[in-house]
Amino acid sequence: MEQILLSKRFNKIDPYSIKDYLKSNGYQILREALKMKPKEILDEIKLSKIVGRGGAGFPTAIKMAGIKNETDKKYIVCNADEGEPGNFKDRHLMEKDPHSIIEGMIISAYTIGAYHGYIYIRGEYDTAIDIMKNAIEEARNNNFLGKNILQSEFSFNIEVRRGAGAYICGEEFALIESIEGKPGRTRVKPPYPSQAGIFNYPTLINNVETFCNLPIILDMGGKAYAELGSDYISGTKLISLSGNVKKPGLYEVPYGTTIKQVIEELGGGVDQGRNLKMIQLGGACGPIIPRNLIDMDIDNERFEIFDSKMGAGAIIVMDDRFDLFDIIHRNMKFFEHESCGKCMPCREGHRQVVTLIEKFVHYNATEDDLHSLKSLVDVIHETTLCGLGQTSIASILSTMTFFNEDYQRRIEDSKRKSETLW
Amino acid sequence: MLVDSILNHYPKEKDYVIEILLDVQKEKEDNFISQEEVKKIAYYLDTTESHVCSVLSFYTLLSTKPRGKNIIQVCKDVPCYVRDDFNLLKTVKDFLGVNFNETTTDRIFTLETTACIGCCDEAPVMRINDRVYKNLTKDKAIKILKEYRGNDY
Repeated sequence: MEQILLSKRFNKIDPYSIKDYLKSNGYQILREALKMKPKEILDEIKLSKIVGRGGAGFPTAIKMAGIKNETDKKYIVCNADEGEPGNFKDRHLMEKDPHSIIEGMIISAYTIGAYHGYIYIRGEYDTAIDIMKNAIEEARNNNFLGKNILQSEFSFNIEVRRGAGAYICGEEFALIESIEGKPGRTRVKPPYPSQAGIFNYPTLINNVETFCNLPIILDMGGKAYAELGSDYISGTKLISLSGNVKKPGLYEVPYGTTIKQVIEELGGGVDQGRNLKMIQLGGACGPIIPRNLIDMDIDNERFEIFDSKMGAGAIIVMDDRFDLFDIIHRNMKFFEHESCGKCMPCREGHRQVVTLIEKFVHYNATEDDLHSLKSLVDVIHETTLCGLGQTSIASILSTMTFFNEDYQRRIEDSKRKSETLW
Repeated sequence: MLVDSILNHYPKEKDYVIEILLDVQKEKEDNFISQEEVKKIAYYLDTTESHVCSVLSFYTLLSTKPRGKNIIQVCKDVPCYVRDDFNLLKTVKDFLGVNFNETTTDRIFTLETTACIGCCDEAPVMRINDRVYKNLTKDKAIKILKEYRGNDY
């Protein structure tokens, strides 16, 4: 079931050696790409129908075309601020095949005419930072970066910028602020980064995995790539499988694979013969679904009702030892801490959500609390400035639908508890 | 001087402030940025102290208060939590005899919690300085802590 494209070099090459990468067809596609016209490359990307792999799923070609039309100085950014609980694919990509990211970035830069690039890596990823810095240095020594790349007219450089422990910096404008040396607080959109990004210049921001896909697309051709995957999304996806499964790990599957296949066939099913209770998709900002929905595809449009599909491809499996509200509480504590504090609904909203969920955790919840929770998550969802608040409440919205009984039962149990106390 | 030698590595451009702060803190035994250092960094980058402070106080990895020689970060998010059947947090707390955001009296360890560090496939994990220790069991965690403590006696 696995389809190996992005992870083809994993554990087969030494990430510290550019020689290994070159031996495995590395930078060959860049060589070819530099002979093409930028428009021809963009056409291939358009044909491939690839969408961004960072979670939002925006068509990459549209994003790139939007920037290409601008004439100013341009930047390119690889978003490697992977901080969503349950996600580790970008770390694996950086630690196991760093040059494929660089190759993808150079091709993108050539296509849109950017002169400088950043890889923004979260500060906790010490190994990945070290490997990426070394890879950039080696690429520069071999003239894949720097002036007149491979004797062409095109010049481009990349530098690593480290995050310092702020989840919000994965949000594009917070990331831009951070690269500019400021606290990572988002900006009001529009203008979008493609219009006014780093130092107000047009900026293309893509996820690590998106960049890694570009050499693959050019290698097989956009049309062939579009054939991969499902009717909705083309290509393959790296899935970060964690939680109570026998074999947690990173798996590459084509879109269209079901959640069940990933958990049972690749992950070996639930650990220690226990029962599956719930699965969180995409990470802390993703929906929590019950057992009977695991036949869905990893790209199922159904998730859109919570404004969050598969996110960046995390599947967190939880068995029946765990309490739903305990899990939601942990998610919400995470967002309470990670809110940048710029907009009120997010800053104060998450604090109140945590207080309300605590009542459910401690069997002190009433029907009124449920109503308050419902209206509060709606307000957060509708009114926050950036993606954090728009998605953070997915675990509540989804469980109010799929685990409504749990909410009702908890309210009844709370009532009984308070009566016995009297 | 420590700060000066780090500053010399960087262009005098404000956007390098986070990089500089991370580097300065890393080189310091007590893992924090002092007011003196803020002043120097601000002067070098030709920016205000309040700008440097706004960055310093925003990011979790940076500290304005002295900490221990080794920073222990225990992941508290769901993927680690559901695979942690021995209570890693409590194990570390009990071994060190401190609570979160506290430093041991010998100033060897500061205990912190962290958001997910992207090692959920090998949970539960903790990060000590720049190393991540994965697939922890109770014995393994204690052994690691003992080794760190031992190195300092």
